[in-house]
Order: sequence, then structure tokens, then C-alpha cells
Amino acid sequence: MKKVKIYVTLRESILDPQGSAVQGSLHNMGYDEVSEVRIGKFLELQIDPSERDVDTLVKEMCEKLLTNTVIEDYRYEVEEAN
Amino acid sequence: MKFAVLVFPGSNCDLDMYHAIKDELGEEVEYVWHDEQDLSAYDGILVPGGFSYGDYLRCGAMANQSNVMSEVKKAAEAGKPVLGVCNGFQILTEAGLLPGALLRNKKLKFMCKNVDLKVANNNTMFTNQYAQDEVISIPIAHGEGNYYCDGETLKQLQDNNQIVFTYSGENPNGSLADIAGIVNERGNVLGMMPHPERAISEVIGGAEGLALFKSIVKQWRESNVNQA
Repeated sequence: MKKVKIYVTLRESILDPQGSAVQGSLHNMGYDEVSEVRIGKFLELQIDPSERDVDTLVKEMCEKLLTNTVIEDYRYEVEEAN
Repeated sequence: MKFAVLVFPGSNCDLDMYHAIKDELGEEVEYVWHDEQDLSAYDGILVPGGFSYGDYLRCGAMANQSNVMSEVKKAAEAGKPVLGVCNGFQILTEAGLLPGALLRNKKLKFMCKNVDLKVANNNTMFTNQYAQDEVISIPIAHGEGNYYCDGETLKQLQDNNQIVFTYSGENPNGSLADIAGIVNERGNVLGMMPHPERAISEVIGGAEGLALFKSIVKQWRESNVNQA
């Protein structure tokens, strides 16, 4: 069994108004060190091993459904699940 | 002319769309459930607004995986009119039938009010009953209507006159180039955030959306008479 952690964020070129609002709050709280906040999604998938390669599967699922590559970037990690 | 109104779990403007076609336009219309495998009996496809699949993951993402969407793609390839309103627009961009994507409104608020729209191109099968640059009042109701595409795509949209509606005056959601509605390159797929089906009678506050549906029917009648 594999555990796949997928991180999805808006592409760098796209304004993240939610992140900007949170950044404003952090600045008001005195955390001036924060220069940017980007808010995204975290997906965790349990995948049973099969003949199909995990990387191929994850990339396919990300391109077809889990992300919209017009506006989003993603990266993922594969771990051994218990 | 016979229209299909697609219904996904969570669609909520399907009744308005149906009413607009049947009672105000006087054309044939049927609801079509999202797992339908055949749309060949219909002359026009309407993808209504709402919150298909609860807007989970991304607006329109899961609706795009429904059986009926491969049929919608076939209808679009066949040149039939396909209109997506609000969530319908989001579904059509997810399906790749229209370029770009709809982001969260710039001010993060759900906007529900009447807006002024400029008819930026009246030379389409959806807008031939409007005057060029005519300003019409149509309701919007969305949280994610902030149209985005990359610079190259925007240039293509502009060069091919694919921008059909723009917000006139105030831009309610931060849309790129004030875009409220676009067509595909061929001109038979229109996606728009404002709701023309909610502006079809003075009794409910305005009828300036009705001409959009009349445009579709006019074009269809003419091309079918020509073929006959």
C-alpha cells in the first residue's frame, strides 16, 4: 500500500487573494517577516499497488481531475503506507 | 428547435433554463440527466448554473467527468449551439471546450446582483438579436467568476472576436479584460457567468436576456431552411 500526498497551489503567475488577505492579517499581528502567503489544497490518497506505475497513475489523475493545470501547479510525495 | 437542459447533482438553475425555453421562448426542451449517453436528438445543449457536485475539488471538475460530457463534446464538434451559464461556463472550461478558467472572485465575495453587460460581439449565433455594443442588464450570482487565461490565449480571444460579453462599468469579480462571456473559435460554444435565463420577463425584473435565446433559434431556423 502506498500513501500519496499531493499539494496543489495556484500557479505563481496567478494572484491569490485569499493568501493576500491572510498575509495582511499576519502583518497586522506583527509578523512582518512574512513576505508572501499562498493557500492551496492537500490531498492524501491510499493506493494499492498494481501493475500500473504509481507515478504514472498519480500524474494522470492530477492532469485529468485533481488539478486544473491552467491555473494550478502540483507536486506529490509517495510514501509506504502501513 | 429542441433543447436539452443538462442536470447534474447540485444544478439549481435548470428549472429557470427550462422555463425560459418552454414558456418564454416557446420551443421544445427536455431535462437530460448527467449519465445520459446520447444527445443526438437535441439541436441545442444548455449547461445550467448551480453547484454541481457541491463545487467539491473545483467548480465543474467532477461534472466534466460525467458520461454526458463526451456527448456535449460531440455536439460541439458537430457545430450545435452549446451554452454554459455560470457553473455551466465553469464546466465548459474544465472540459476544454472553452479556454481559460474561472477563479475565485477577486474580493472573495459571492456576488448576487444585476450587472451591466456590453455585447462586445453581436456577430454570433448567440447575440445576433442584440446591437453591437448594446448594454444589457443581466443578473450575476457567483463566487468564482473571475475569468483568467494566459496572455497568449487572451490575444487569440481578442484577435478572433471571441469575447462576446464584457462587464460595462464596474467589474464585479476581477475578470481579466472585464470578460463576462466568451465563445470558442468556431463560435458555437458560449460560456458566460451572468444568467440570461433569469432575465426573460419584465415580471421578474427584466427581459434583456431573452434575445440571447431568440438569437440561437433564429440562427438554427435559418441554417435549417437553407439546408432544406
